[in-house]
Amino acid sequence: MTKPTPKMELVAPAGSLAALKGALEAGADAVYLGLRNATNARNFAGLNFSNDDLKTGIALAHRMGRKVLFAINTFAQPGRDHEWQTAVDTACGLGADAVILADPGLLSYARMRYPALRLHLSVQGSATHADAIALMHREFGISRVVLPRVLTLAEIEKITRASPVDIEVFGFGSLCVMAEGRCLLSSYATGDSPNNKGVCSPAHAVRWHDSHGHLEARLNGLLIDRYAPGEPAAYPTLCKGRFEVQDQLDHALEEPTSLNALGLLPQLAAMGVRAIKIEGRQRSPAYVRDVVSTLRAAIDSLQTAPDRYSQKPAWQATLARHAEGSQTTQGAFERPWK
Amino acid sequence: MEMNQYRIALGPLLYYWPRQTTLDFYARIADSPVDIVYLGETVCSRRHELRLPDWLALAAELQAAGKQVVLCTPTLVESGAETTMIRRITEQQDYMIEVGELGVILNLDGRGFIAGPHLNAYNGNTLQWLAGLGAQRFVTPLELNRADLKTLLREKPASLQSEVMVWGRMPLASSARCFTARYYKLHKDNCGFRCIEHPDGLDMRTRESVDFLAINGIQTQSGHVLDLLAQAGELAAMGVDVLRVSPQSQRTLEVIAWLDAARHGAAPQPSVLPDGMPRCNGYWFGHPGLDWIENEAHRHAH
Repeated sequence: MTKPTPKMELVAPAGSLAALKGALEAGADAVYLGLRNATNARNFAGLNFSNDDLKTGIALAHRMGRKVLFAINTFAQPGRDHEWQTAVDTACGLGADAVILADPGLLSYARMRYPALRLHLSVQGSATHADAIALMHREFGISRVVLPRVLTLAEIEKITRASPVDIEVFGFGSLCVMAEGRCLLSSYATGDSPNNKGVCSPAHAVRWHDSHGHLEARLNGLLIDRYAPGEPAAYPTLCKGRFEVQDQLDHALEEPTSLNALGLLPQLAAMGVRAIKIEGRQRSPAYVRDVVSTLRAAIDSLQTAPDRYSQKPAWQATLARHAEGSQTTQGAFERPWK
Repeated sequence: MEMNQYRIALGPLLYYWPRQTTLDFYARIADSPVDIVYLGETVCSRRHELRLPDWLALAAELQAAGKQVVLCTPTLVESGAETTMIRRITEQQDYMIEVGELGVILNLDGRGFIAGPHLNAYNGNTLQWLAGLGAQRFVTPLELNRADLKTLLREKPASLQSEVMVWGRMPLASSARCFTARYYKLHKDNCGFRCIEHPDGLDMRTRESVDFLAINGIQTQSGHVLDLLAQAGELAAMGVDVLRVSPQSQRTLEVIAWLDAARHGAAPQPSVLPDGMPRCNGYWFGHPGLDWIENEAHRHAH
């Protein structure tokens, strides 16, 4: 391929002002964040931004020439449109560089009320193929789409080539094995889901018990997993527990593992993917700083000398330290279960 | 007396049944009081006991039997196989189409359609948008509670009809990964079509053997059977046009007969639960979806 590798943007999570600062110092091109309410998909206690922190954070990012993206990516619940619309108004008023939305009703509001506002279609908008992206582009003039973590590299390439808008994919973080924006497992077990409350397997429903030396992780009373002494325990995200299916006890849906696309950056860049997103607004500032600086180094190395790109052992070691269950996978990108 | 003038719909068959079982089932549906039948493979493009021409032949028979037929498109569209299926379904002009995911609308050129249950139509603005694109009816999101459903029905455009799933295992999530193949330690592309051995999916229980979910290929379903039969009259009174029954291998015809009797004023006492499957109605009451709330005591709790 002779054409130059397009510049890839590194998009980092910021669950707090400290994480935002860490991300910018570590070299993120953009940070994404949410308000302290159900309008975003990481609506966790103690997380997200007060208005004062937002102003400070945005001013800092803009001074450094970086972007701030507002995630308002849950679905406006019946009769409560104004809460979501107010979130868009707030983002605009504070100088957001883009809003990341999933709800067609809200996209429609944002496009009509703020014709110049840059709209990104959230991964929660579940656009998994070219036609869905083309429809949302035609209808709302979206500028970018975040692809779900269920697609393979070949599928991403096909979509990227056909897409009228920028493509953003997840490069590192927790792995959703289900098509995002269309998973009701959490509300089935607890009443609260990503779509209706901006949470999955919410902390308020989690209970840890010691049972004869074995650690039990429960979600609304349902046993999600049980760990023998010394066995590493994971947060009881319900699709990553061990369950009985007929005669087998296993991770019936998915293991606790993180997505890690470090080895695939050259392919993603070559196919024209415009941005790499790091998952984890709920994670610590240390996680954000370490993961951002690692991916920053990788992307810089790739863009300086694309033909000589190779993953450094130190990068993998850093990412492994921050991975769920200390395991990483290239996930659907490589489709190992094919 | 309150008029319960809902229509009864049979949702798409979510499982992979042997060809003859499927044909026999729909032959009984043709003779049943169902008004609307949704047909087609929505879960996995590898399944082939019935191919599109077979579904179309079934559609013709059911239409001749007086049913309104709707053809369904896949819920998760990833690859060429699903895109081809969608093209072939949207090319035919004989039947209404249920849109399984938004991209399909691009291929409809303004033709009328049914907005399926996975389009996340949670508010009036979204419904307005869908109606503007040609939606004639929408299926409500499964996780709505009674009060939110009432609000949503007030917010919807007057011309847009509504449909609520009232019975069957709920389709809760879709994945690129096939969990049935994973259970059998097979690759998805060489899965041996083991779904065919599980007419209601594979039960997935907690480590304490508590019923929880069901695996159906790439789909994860509720282990409990949704049962809003007791709410049928109330749903009709709220203005819901269509009640959807999702096919299970047992009791589906009895449920349809029950709903038909109920809309004609009979008040039979139902016991129409498939053997070995607990039921749930939690979403309706604003509880976790898997809860079962006894109706009379809690009907107005929210």
